[in-house]
Amino acid sequence: MRVVVFTIILLMLAAVSLFVGVADVSAAVVSISRIPRTAALILAGVGMSVSGVIMQQMTQNKFVSPTTAGTLEAAKMGLLIFLIFTPTAGVSLKMLSAFLFTFLASMIFLAIVRKIKHRNIIFVPLVGLMFGGIVGSISTFFAVQLNIVQDTNAWMMGDFSGILQGRYELIYLTLPAIIITYLYANKFTVIGMGEEFSRNLGLNYNYIMNIGLFCVSLTVSSVVITAGAIPFLGLIVPNVVSLLFGDNLKKTLPIVALSGAIFLLICDIIGRVVIYPYEVPIGVTVSIFGSIIFLFLMLWKRL
Amino acid sequence: MEKTITIRRSLLIALLLMIASAALFMFYKMGNSWEFALRFRGMKVITIIVVAGCVAFSSVSFQTLTNNRILTPSIMGFESLYLLIQTIIVFFYGDQTFKVLSHVDNFLVSVIAMIAFAFMLYLMIYKKGKDNLYLLLLVGIILGTLFSSLSSFMQLLIDPNDFFIVQGKMFATFNKINSDLLWSSLIIMVIILIIGFRMSKYLDVIALGRDQAINLGLNYNRVVKIFLVLIAILVSVSTALVGPITFLGLLVTNLTYELFKTHRHSVIIIACCLVSAIALLIGQFLMERVFNLSVPISAIINIVGGFYFMYLLLKVKKI
Repeated sequence: MRVVVFTIILLMLAAVSLFVGVADVSAAVVSISRIPRTAALILAGVGMSVSGVIMQQMTQNKFVSPTTAGTLEAAKMGLLIFLIFTPTAGVSLKMLSAFLFTFLASMIFLAIVRKIKHRNIIFVPLVGLMFGGIVGSISTFFAVQLNIVQDTNAWMMGDFSGILQGRYELIYLTLPAIIITYLYANKFTVIGMGEEFSRNLGLNYNYIMNIGLFCVSLTVSSVVITAGAIPFLGLIVPNVVSLLFGDNLKKTLPIVALSGAIFLLICDIIGRVVIYPYEVPIGVTVSIFGSIIFLFLMLWKRL
Repeated sequence: MEKTITIRRSLLIALLLMIASAALFMFYKMGNSWEFALRFRGMKVITIIVVAGCVAFSSVSFQTLTNNRILTPSIMGFESLYLLIQTIIVFFYGDQTFKVLSHVDNFLVSVIAMIAFAFMLYLMIYKKGKDNLYLLLLVGIILGTLFSSLSSFMQLLIDPNDFFIVQGKMFATFNKINSDLLWSSLIIMVIILIIGFRMSKYLDVIALGRDQAINLGLNYNRVVKIFLVLIAILVSVSTALVGPITFLGLLVTNLTYELFKTHRHSVIIIACCLVSAIALLIGQFLMERVFNLSVPISAIINIVGGFYFMYLLLKVKKI
């Protein structure tokens, strides 16, 4: 029932999103620019919030997400390395590079998390943020050498205004990741309990872990390449949903996915309207709303 | 007793090393206009000492308060706020920035904003009755993320030529220091360090853990608050003076604990100041004279500190 309500809201927002913009609505504008943009927004919203859920399940920590685990910074580093060594190669190599770096960084982060013993729950995201800061400072070092700091910032700023037919299809790679996550949702929860626990239940720990990392890396790197970094989404959407609807992942995962897309669509519409006919990049609107919501949850809702 | 003597001897060695590296930095290949060189390099040495003192004390006490060795106070949003302020200034004034706003004004604006930010943060957490330092940190970092995305949005709109002004502020340099600022920063640093040093015995108690410290009769919340204020002032002064050096604190504190193998804060604080000064002096010397690199030293420190941090995280059995 809830899923139906959320789907209806999503469809309504998607329709609004199709008709917001400077150019007059015509068949060409809609098919070349508006539909790709709305589709990319929905996929990115679903993908980022679902990867937040996977990471939270695997680490059993509700503060872990692509923003707080260095994943976004790793994707940036992958893009930068690609640009330094093979600037002319095609988009598939770019994707591969970003994917490999995010995968590696997530593996390192999980290895670090496993060493943190029963500490304060906030300690894990702090370590993740430090880790991200370090990865970021290494990329910045090379970016300064090549005088491309401003350009790297431009790629990483989440922005859907450049999305056109023929230039965004990579984001459909999030679809398989989302489907796999849905099928494996409970297993991610089990491996979050620890290696021995999952062995006892007959799960192949490393196999499931790698599937989780694969899904997260695929989603994050394809979103970063098509639209740039979208912070906070994977952090706040799963937490708000679990506050409202509980923790049964099989039931709440669709709601998480839909709410992620709804949140992103709302932020995008606001960004497109607020300084019309110009646009505020979605990275900024998401950061503002995301950090306010997050602080509210932390300080007043006793998350 | 024997341990005190060895510690004293190592402190003395560190002091001599620092003087030696300062001398090397000052007198190496002076050239003809030695008066100018001496003045110019002397300023750099004093700047390095101010920054070393600020970073060392703030990092050591912060790590003790938060009871770990892998955090530094600068990640708490100070540096992103500093960059946001610099970006806003360039955003509005463009290439007129230096005409409109003198170095002193810029310094004052940045320091006041950063200290105000820290106080707001402390009030927000303590008013809610949550004396959880990790929560304080996380909220600080989240606000820092917000600041960074605001500044990267503005940086996109800035003219690429003006952007270089911002980029110059993204890394700490010891090269363009205003002498008035330097003296006032030095005075602030010395005053705070004296206060902090006199309170260092409390850090020894806090290091035992919150509950033990309270059991031993320490007014825990009050002392922690005082240290947080001292840390905020030191980090703001050092950041506004030279720019962000995020991971220096991480590098030097761990190096100091490794070298001195003691947990008495009166020793560790002095030792860490000396180690930071030596690291910065030698680093700056190598950068300037030996490798002739134009890379800012803070970028190198961030890379070295970054890899060292990874090593710490991956090698240590338990965090």
